Amino acid sequence: MDLEFSPEEIAFREEVRTFIAENYPAELRGKQDEGDELSKEDFLSWHRVLAKKGWVAPAWPVEYGGTGWTITQRYIFSEETARADCIRLMPFGLTMVGPVIYTFGTPEQKAHFLPRILSGEDWWCQGYSEPGSGSDLASLRTKAERDGDHYVVNGQKTWTTMAQHADWGFFLVRTNPDAKMQEGISFLLIDMKSPGIEVRPIITLGGEHEVNEVFLDNVRVPVSNRVFEEDKGWTCAKFLLAHERVGIAGVASSKRGVERIRSIASTELEGDKPLLANPFFRRKVAELEMDLAALEFTELRTLSGMAAGHGPGPESSVLKIKGSEIQQRLTELTLEMAGHYGAPYFRSFGEGDNQHAVGPAWANKAAPVYYNARKTTIYGGSNEIQRNIIAKMVLGL
Amino acid sequence: MDLSYTETQDMLRDTLARFLADTYDFETRKKMLANPEGRDPGIWKAISSELGLTCAPFAEEYGGMGGGHLENAIMMEELGKVIAVEPWLQTVVIGGGALTAVGGALAAEVIPQIIAGDAIIAFAYAEPQGRYNLADIGTSAKADGAGYVLNGHKAAVYAAPWATHLLVTARTGGSRRERAGVELFLVDAKAAGITMRDYAMVDGFRGAEVYFENVAIPGEALLPGGIDLIERVVDEATVGICAEGTGIARKLLSGTVEYTQQRKQFGQPIGKFQALQHRMADMLVDVEQIASMSLMGTIKLDLPAEQRKAAVSQVKAKVSRSIKAVGQNAIQTHGGIGITMELAIGHYFKRSTMIENQFGPADWHLERYEALTLPA
Repeated sequence: MDLEFSPEEIAFREEVRTFIAENYPAELRGKQDEGDELSKEDFLSWHRVLAKKGWVAPAWPVEYGGTGWTITQRYIFSEETARADCIRLMPFGLTMVGPVIYTFGTPEQKAHFLPRILSGEDWWCQGYSEPGSGSDLASLRTKAERDGDHYVVNGQKTWTTMAQHADWGFFLVRTNPDAKMQEGISFLLIDMKSPGIEVRPIITLGGEHEVNEVFLDNVRVPVSNRVFEEDKGWTCAKFLLAHERVGIAGVASSKRGVERIRSIASTELEGDKPLLANPFFRRKVAELEMDLAALEFTELRTLSGMAAGHGPGPESSVLKIKGSEIQQRLTELTLEMAGHYGAPYFRSFGEGDNQHAVGPAWANKAAPVYYNARKTTIYGGSNEIQRNIIAKMVLGL
Repeated sequence: MDLSYTETQDMLRDTLARFLADTYDFETRKKMLANPEGRDPGIWKAISSELGLTCAPFAEEYGGMGGGHLENAIMMEELGKVIAVEPWLQTVVIGGGALTAVGGALAAEVIPQIIAGDAIIAFAYAEPQGRYNLADIGTSAKADGAGYVLNGHKAAVYAAPWATHLLVTARTGGSRRERAGVELFLVDAKAAGITMRDYAMVDGFRGAEVYFENVAIPGEALLPGGIDLIERVVDEATVGICAEGTGIARKLLSGTVEYTQQRKQFGQPIGKFQALQHRMADMLVDVEQIASMSLMGTIKLDLPAEQRKAAVSQVKAKVSRSIKAVGQNAIQTHGGIGITMELAIGHYFKRSTMIENQFGPADWHLERYEALTLPA
């Protein structure tokens, strides 16, 4: 057991570093520096660079286009991309539906969808939550009725992230209204251009158009787009949630976030001293770094267990709970640092003019980002749901 | 990077775990604690000379197996699972660690005695006024010919009544709280001029106030390295009790889960109530973090001093906070029975609570971390 990187791993780290430096899209970097809203093309530009290199889905099995990296190489890659402030890739294809398709899909589904996820040709969204089904996901009512070799889907989904850009969506629908809650659900892949689909924006507290409502009105979906057996979609849903929770910890990007806070609080003055010299503020930074170290080693232990053939099991709920709390604390501290300049609101999200902002650029976004980050303890199974999972699946209560 | 244990390490863990399962159940432990000596000396003999486990963390040149911090952590965790009152921390981690660090004739003489189970070392470093400042030392070591003469008072010394040797911090020069002049000595516990006031510790160990009155010791008793060596040894000990805490925290959680599955109120096992389920889920989150931090500390003990200290302080601050939460949640979930001597859970809680402050509480370690890593 040791933490040292081998010479091969150090060489790999250099390779990743150099690749990012030479290939990260300059236009995207510029927009990030300016704090501009990112378009679909912006998100895809980095995705395509990685896809071309063969690095877009490190966790996938090699036969489907994964990299075959060791756990350590994957750790190095996520550290380096966070260190270089690369945007996070959209997870809906790469870490959500992709693994479901290669685990449960038919050969035809694998052959058709997986290469298009890798290339970025298809943008995916997730049709899970409904207005009446949030944490109680299995109570969902969107129904799919068989009509020959099609399902006819009717219902409403909500909180559908980035559905405004999506080409495809993976949906949980009720195929058997008479079965017990979890047992009558199927997992469908739906072409978002199908007639009968309407996507309406939901604007969240920071002013972003990130999530949507999706209405399905007699949408015809070929039966061949069902993944796994009819009425057994819950199996796919649970698998997906466990996978999602591991990545959700966001250790590398939170480490980058703490560094940013350290650097701002070292120059931002309170009186004639840096904010970081304030005993109360520095204690909060120290506590954050402490909790982040604990999260990092918990993730390393989980990954090391996965390399040995275990999980990711329900223990990944621990990563979800602590990871999301830390992401929120980062935004809290940034807002606190912003002081007076936390209040002025200059962001525009698609509508209106982007006026010239006041105060430091980082402070200008502090409150919207803080508001937005409240989602982290709610999505992916709220942190209370994670505690239910731990109680039931880990502790056997 | 590799976080897996070797087969030998797994075997060591299994060997000790099986032995303790047979010899250290709650009732037997209670009887041991009631002995005049407060322990069963045969257990330490068995762990060392019969099972040969004490050789695990030592270099081969001393008759060891060539292990190190990780082997100590494995043993401490298993000892924690039965709240063993065995002097592994004091003798092997602290005494053995200090001797390994300095090497030389003293190490060659005493380490084989530790491995054989013949030497038991107690760490006399705390003083009534010093709190957690390792340099706040009033005990003096005055040069006298080739040797030294010790005078002073050491507080709450774990395992002192059982010890063959005392590892003592004392001042050869400088003023109180000055880093320079603090040195480490290995002293025969029976040396003339040493008196002890023995007592029981709240967590089941035995300890003593130790008084030195003109205790003459040879020059070879000094372990060269000063305060830097002492800090290193204490960091190793700090991580040692974090590993012990991992074992204890796991038992606090599993004991609580079992209890809530048996105890019925309102017509059902109390483990069915979500208020308690979420409390126990939070305990699991804390237990996992304790285990993670203990591992991080163990792996980072050989980093350069500044990095090691920063890492150990992160580890101890987190472990102190999390183990407090685990312990208090365990008692609260048990209800009244948790605050009696009857069930094992309360005894785990007694030791876990001592771990919170031993070698510095959370705030002390956060302050040290800040001083090392954040601008003043």
